[in-house]
Amino acid sequence: MQPVRLIRAACRASLVALTAAAFATPALALDTLKILVPANPGGGWDQTGRALQAAMQEGKIVPKVTVDNKGGAGGTIGIAQFVNSQKGDGNALMVGGMVMVGAIVTNKSPVTLAQVTPIARLTGEYEVIVVPASSKIKTMKELVEQLKANPGSVAWGGGSAGGTDHILAAMIAQAAGADPAKINYIAYAGGGEALAAILGGHVAAGVSGYGEFAGQIKSGKMRALAISSPTRVPGIDIPTLKEQGIDVELANWRGVFGAPGITDAQRKELIDVVTRTVKSPAWQATLKKNEWDDLFESGDAFKAFLDKDIARVTKIIESVGLAKK
Amino acid sequence: MEALHALIEGFAVALTWTNLMWGFVGVTLGTAVGVLPGVGPALAIALLLPATSKIDPTGALIMFAGIYYGAMFGGSTTSILLNTPGESATIVTAMEGNLMAKAGRAGPALATSAIGSFVAGTLATIALTLLSPLVVDVALRFGPAEYFAVMVLAFTTVSAVLGASPLRGIAALFFGLFLGLMGIDTQTGQARFTLGIPELLDGIDVVVVAVGLFAVGETLYVATYLNRTMDKLEKFGGSVMMSAQDWARSWKPWLRGTLLGFPFGTLPAGGAEIPTFLSYAIERKLTKHPEEFGKGAIEGVAGPEAANNASATGTLVPLLTLGLPTTATAAIILAAFQQYGLQPGPLLFETQPTLVWALIASMYIGNVILLILNLPLVGLWVKLLAIPRPLLYAGILIFATLGAYGLRNSWFDLLLLYVIGLVGFLMRRYDIPVAPVIVGMILGPLAESQFRRALAISQGDLSVFVTQPIAAGVLLLAALTVIVPPLWRRVAARRAARAA
Repeated sequence: MQPVRLIRAACRASLVALTAAAFATPALALDTLKILVPANPGGGWDQTGRALQAAMQEGKIVPKVTVDNKGGAGGTIGIAQFVNSQKGDGNALMVGGMVMVGAIVTNKSPVTLAQVTPIARLTGEYEVIVVPASSKIKTMKELVEQLKANPGSVAWGGGSAGGTDHILAAMIAQAAGADPAKINYIAYAGGGEALAAILGGHVAAGVSGYGEFAGQIKSGKMRALAISSPTRVPGIDIPTLKEQGIDVELANWRGVFGAPGITDAQRKELIDVVTRTVKSPAWQATLKKNEWDDLFESGDAFKAFLDKDIARVTKIIESVGLAKK
Repeated sequence: MEALHALIEGFAVALTWTNLMWGFVGVTLGTAVGVLPGVGPALAIALLLPATSKIDPTGALIMFAGIYYGAMFGGSTTSILLNTPGESATIVTAMEGNLMAKAGRAGPALATSAIGSFVAGTLATIALTLLSPLVVDVALRFGPAEYFAVMVLAFTTVSAVLGASPLRGIAALFFGLFLGLMGIDTQTGQARFTLGIPELLDGIDVVVVAVGLFAVGETLYVATYLNRTMDKLEKFGGSVMMSAQDWARSWKPWLRGTLLGFPFGTLPAGGAEIPTFLSYAIERKLTKHPEEFGKGAIEGVAGPEAANNASATGTLVPLLTLGLPTTATAAIILAAFQQYGLQPGPLLFETQPTLVWALIASMYIGNVILLILNLPLVGLWVKLLAIPRPLLYAGILIFATLGAYGLRNSWFDLLLLYVIGLVGFLMRRYDIPVAPVIVGMILGPLAESQFRRALAISQGDLSVFVTQPIAAGVLLLAALTVIVPPLWRRVAARRAARAA
């Protein structure tokens, strides 16, 4: 696109936004919205926040949406800022997810998810357990047997300590009857580094979100043993943990939260806005493009899920010895 | 040759007027971004990504390649002129490069950096074209034990940066090690030395420390001892271009830097910092002008600059052959691939040959554009140093402040910057070298986590470091670098004594 046309397009877009704002009907509940992404640009939370922004503006659900990044320490820095400066603000949302639940426990964060207002769970990604193609281990059963016989001999490679990957490895050990405190988990900083360690055969097994390993699984460089979904995911030919006798399911979910201390009316408005956004064609297209699973659940249902997830993540992190009771 | 044929087709796709324009836009943007400390190429590409979804993939990739190279060069420019490294890969450049600038030789320093980057970038891209599948097999053999061995080798070779007094150098090294240990421990998730401050959980950014020690520390020093340092600073003079002697002293470091940087870039946990340290150490050992090191030796700029650019290209090897992003920028380029509906991973070369080869071709083009655009600007950049010093240093301070804040939008980083700047000032005052702090800070935590990973995998068996051929070989090399030079000196001394 040439610069002139770009400017013209930008003018047109802002004109549309202006007219939309000027002729706002009462159905247009919010005219502005600030989305806080408690991570640096580029990651999953950032993509979620910016996709929400795009879908809200494109669908004219909220005319003006800004996204702010405040990264660090698994989101605990961002949530602290959100709670301290956005109290009672009905025009603010924060992105968050399961990683934050774990980080709050391990970092002993003074600010927790109990202080913010759960609005909706949006997306999720299931985790896969893989071994290098050259590994002797062919099935989940063999891996579990080795884990039971000698937990230390199975070196698990995955993301940061206390993160989703680590939690899943501990849950599998627990469900299999091994001591989760004895698992040999090797934490890697970025996804790429863990991937290399698995491909090079430096660790016995790997755990990560399906998307990160999909290419390697399809090309046959890695063998997927199990996926952490409750039932088989259409289009992915990997047996679930449950059907292989391990009663564990886990989704690395992402969602949005409102500020602390907002009124019921404000909460209803936010839920309404997010619900309409999720139904918009723009959001649905984003889900498809990024291969995110739609795990939409809002309001009280999300709150109930969140309470359960916090309880189970806290318990597992304590049993691994990452945080004391 | 199949690869060559595919590459020519890549050029056919990439070489259109529109794409060249995107290349120029990218290099210009990248240089601007690189000049600002704190805003790296990864962030710049991440912010531009949504805007480029409407232009065609080849054009966007050429622009990204331009941003990448431009940002690298921009970072070197501020390192040399203002002693303000914008990213960790250009910290070593600041050491000799800024000294050259102070000696009135900013022009040749910038030129050797630009041409060296061009040479290294081009050679590394050729290596990428021809050697990718081969190199990646070797890179995957590097596990924690091998990485630890490489870190030990790095520690033994970088003693060159310790300076004249070993005691002061080691004190500075340990201060760096300590700074590097702050934050969440990677293996256990426990916080270390954070004093309960949440901002310290992610550790201290090495760029904040480098800018604090180099730029802020120096500004404070100059402000305090202005009259005493005045006579030491030479007026800007001399040629902007490289002399015949500069060329003669640069070309070998360029090649050696490329040879060091490219393989390190291909390693999944290699990075650009270690090869720049190693290149600096090697050039210092091999130079015919050892007396100039510490006063602005051109070899100390040429080698590390080539190493840093070659390593950047090297990171594309695991990215394109395995879909492995090993740096932040590589991860963003991967995200760009995804935006065009491409499945990143080992099948990329087979399923999307046009785009992959177009990317490789655009890297060649990006390199050429960078040179064309930046070499004529060297003269202009150098004029910056003619600014009266109080104004220049005030400018540096503003720059450093903006950069540190830009990293995380955090006032805490600003506080850190000035506290570290104060430390840097005191270190200069008492003649303690600052470079070892950076070395310790980068190498220390890396060596620690690889050591612990290796032991966790072997379940506590220390023999992993000597039973695996690569690790054992590298450790042997490290031992030799410590034992051989003093032994050699003793033999030489005895011979001299006998002769006399």
